[in-house]
Amino acid sequence: MSSDFETSRVLGAGSQPPARRRRLRRRSEEPSGLAVQEGSEALPGLPDASAEPTPSGFEVLSVETLAEKVMRMRVRAPLIAQERNPGQFILLQTDVEYGERIPLTIADADPRQGSITLIFQVVGKTTQELAGLRVGDSLPVLVGPLGTPTHIEKYGRVVAVGGGIGVAPLYPIVEGMKAAGNHLTVIAGARTRELVILESEMRALADDYIVVTDDGSYGRKALVTQPLKELCEGPEPPDLVIAIGPPIMMKFCAETTRPFGVRTLVSLNTIMVDGTGMCGGCRVNVGGKTRFVCVDGPEFDGHQVDFDNMISRLGAYRDQEKRARDHACRLHALAEKHPHA
Amino acid sequence: MPRYVEDPNKLNARARGLLEELRDKGTLKMKDRLAIPVQRPPVLDPGERSRWQEEVEKPLTPAQAVLESMRCIQCKNPACVKGCPVAIDIPEFLRLTAEGNFSAAIEVIKRTSLLPAICGRVCPQERQCQKDCAVGKSLKDVGLAVAIGKVERFLADWQRNQAQAPVPRVKSPSGRKVAVIGSGPAGLVVAADCRREGHQVTVFEAFHKLGGVLRYGIPEFRLPKEVVDAEIDLLRRMGVEFRTNFVVGRTRKLLDLMDKDGFDAVFIGSGAGLPVFTGMPGEDLVGVFSANEYLTRANMMGAIHPGRTDTPMFVSRRTVVLGGGNVAMDACRMARRLGAEEVVVLYRRSRTEMPARAEEVEHALEEGIEIRFLENALDVLGDESGRVRAVTVQRYALGEPDASGRRRPVPIEGDTYELPADAVLVAIGNNSNPLLTSTTPGLEVNARGNVVVDPETGCTNLERVFAGGDIVLGAATVILAMGEGRRAARSINEMLAREAIEEAADAPHAHAAPTGHWAPGRLRRRRLALGTRRGG
Repeated sequence: MSSDFETSRVLGAGSQPPARRRRLRRRSEEPSGLAVQEGSEALPGLPDASAEPTPSGFEVLSVETLAEKVMRMRVRAPLIAQERNPGQFILLQTDVEYGERIPLTIADADPRQGSITLIFQVVGKTTQELAGLRVGDSLPVLVGPLGTPTHIEKYGRVVAVGGGIGVAPLYPIVEGMKAAGNHLTVIAGARTRELVILESEMRALADDYIVVTDDGSYGRKALVTQPLKELCEGPEPPDLVIAIGPPIMMKFCAETTRPFGVRTLVSLNTIMVDGTGMCGGCRVNVGGKTRFVCVDGPEFDGHQVDFDNMISRLGAYRDQEKRARDHACRLHALAEKHPHA
Repeated sequence: MPRYVEDPNKLNARARGLLEELRDKGTLKMKDRLAIPVQRPPVLDPGERSRWQEEVEKPLTPAQAVLESMRCIQCKNPACVKGCPVAIDIPEFLRLTAEGNFSAAIEVIKRTSLLPAICGRVCPQERQCQKDCAVGKSLKDVGLAVAIGKVERFLADWQRNQAQAPVPRVKSPSGRKVAVIGSGPAGLVVAADCRREGHQVTVFEAFHKLGGVLRYGIPEFRLPKEVVDAEIDLLRRMGVEFRTNFVVGRTRKLLDLMDKDGFDAVFIGSGAGLPVFTGMPGEDLVGVFSANEYLTRANMMGAIHPGRTDTPMFVSRRTVVLGGGNVAMDACRMARRLGAEEVVVLYRRSRTEMPARAEEVEHALEEGIEIRFLENALDVLGDESGRVRAVTVQRYALGEPDASGRRRPVPIEGDTYELPADAVLVAIGNNSNPLLTSTTPGLEVNARGNVVVDPETGCTNLERVFAGGDIVLGAATVILAMGEGRRAARSINEMLAREAIEEAADAPHAHAAPTGHWAPGRLRRRRLALGTRRGG
């Protein structure tokens, strides 16, 4: 479903041995003994482009449930594991002929094992099918890493706001920002206690961890914008805010920080087809200019994004999606009624 | 049984009758040849076909193909060959077809063009080979030129329907590896030509299906995917490897293909692939699509099979298409087939300036699509929920010729009107997609983002990196892309052959201190040898 907003993202800096890259880059300049050494340079565990199997697809290595309808899945994709950086995403299909392409942010990667980790919420037909995959099954289509990586540097005080599943893509950025020497406050918001994910991981990284729930079942009963506003008003306002979550949450985070002039990054997840800039379906209006989320993004200055237009564009296929979901539900009901059919 | 504009059996019977008559005449004079009526292939009934994806035009029947080829007067100095971007020996293949020797005829075409089944269907023949055809000139109508494209297509289809098309001969393994980026027309040609020389060829495709624009762009009703599949299958049988879901520049950097994976040469054929938007107000409304997106959803993502596919397709009743090229024609005809009751194409110049293939324009008109010339959208108007409700249209008049030699359209002040619509498809062109060039440091591009190549060799400013097709030309045609591919493949093959000779000459001195330009390559060859063994 195009309305699958699930994203997740993890830091990838440092996974690529820098020495290897430098050495290979020197090839054309230095035709001496070093090059001969390259002749036997195949490092263990790092596949070359002609070695990655695709005919069988991308194998599922593990599946687990993090919260209700929130799944974590590891998939074999050696080249993506090697190349990905924080903030980048993949596109996948569950069926090569008739599947829909949905974007999912890379939550983590292990270049040694040649695997990437995806965290997603079951919200549409494609994520439903994805959640139905078992270890050993294969995804026929998986392409990436796509998008421009997050720019990580020392800003000073960074506040990271994650809403629902948005906490997953936030995690790698938090990790990177922490490593870059920033002071980190994490605000995690969820509808209810059971939907708070990655809490221990975030607590381990953050200098301050604030959890809010809509129903007050855990942490403060508040929206993420309340603690965010308090921080902006406080004695040590943030130098940078990163907000990832449902579009409406990102919009209001941007509105919260705007009067304080605090730079606010948001990560957008729009409808996409190819993910390489070819179709323009993902276009958003940023500061009056048309930008493509798949190549110019997914991160943009939240104060410049036309969220209302983006939200209405996300609903372009609402009718068709509802029909597809109903159809899937009917099939499901039918299957339960006739388990051996 | 589908309905045809003219019954194929009748068309065939008429052609056979004429052939009989001509056979009785013996040697044909020029006058006899000019008197043969141009052969029109069977075409599906417009009313029916505009609801289906089935290919609109069928091949000529064998009798028609023979007869049409007999119309060629075998000029000494054939203008058709000059008009063909890859200079196919057209009089020769027509002569052989007229003799009924179809297999020899198709071989003549395949000497220079690898994809005749595709080019026969999508080339703008009226602007190339058929433009200055002496027969058309004599009859004072370019529409009466020898239907070269139809005969080409007939021959290619005829061969495909034989037991199995012969697999071109491939030389023994050279130990060299060639990477081809993009599986569109340019890339397929390079793959074939380099493979024939015995090189190991891998084609990298970003999408999950092969063919590039032939797959995602050109619809089934104009180019059946079975035709594209057959061409790709032939390459597979030649031993070309294909890697889908692979975005060079992202999944792997271009230079890493050489540095890490041991490819000896890289061809960039990644196409134009960056849709141009007008920037007019309302272009972000729900219901405005690039033709690229619309056609990709329909053609590649299976949205032409509603109910079966998960990819949703925007349902519209009144569709407005902007542009006058082939993509605009494909988009408007697709919208019609997907249920739009009213489809209006806005083109800001007049019919003579329209870049679309003449036949596509005719077919679109037959299918009930309205083309409004000298009109263009000023802005898109939306309803309260952000969905398209209308387009404001500006009328134009033709002014002085511009840089392209075409008369410049000038807006008529105040002459606007509101055209109700619920979808707008923007088909005003493509720029070069920067994904690959921006991730390849040092690769030279021009101001428009096109890769700069040596026009003789197709070589970029980076050693061992070649390019061709739309990434070099900007949005052009399939045949031009093929021509570019052919040229680059020749350069790649020459380069690799030269290196093989140099390497053989140097072999006894392999341990001497390397000097000179080719030293790194020679040393790299050692690594390649290992790689080749590893790969089995």
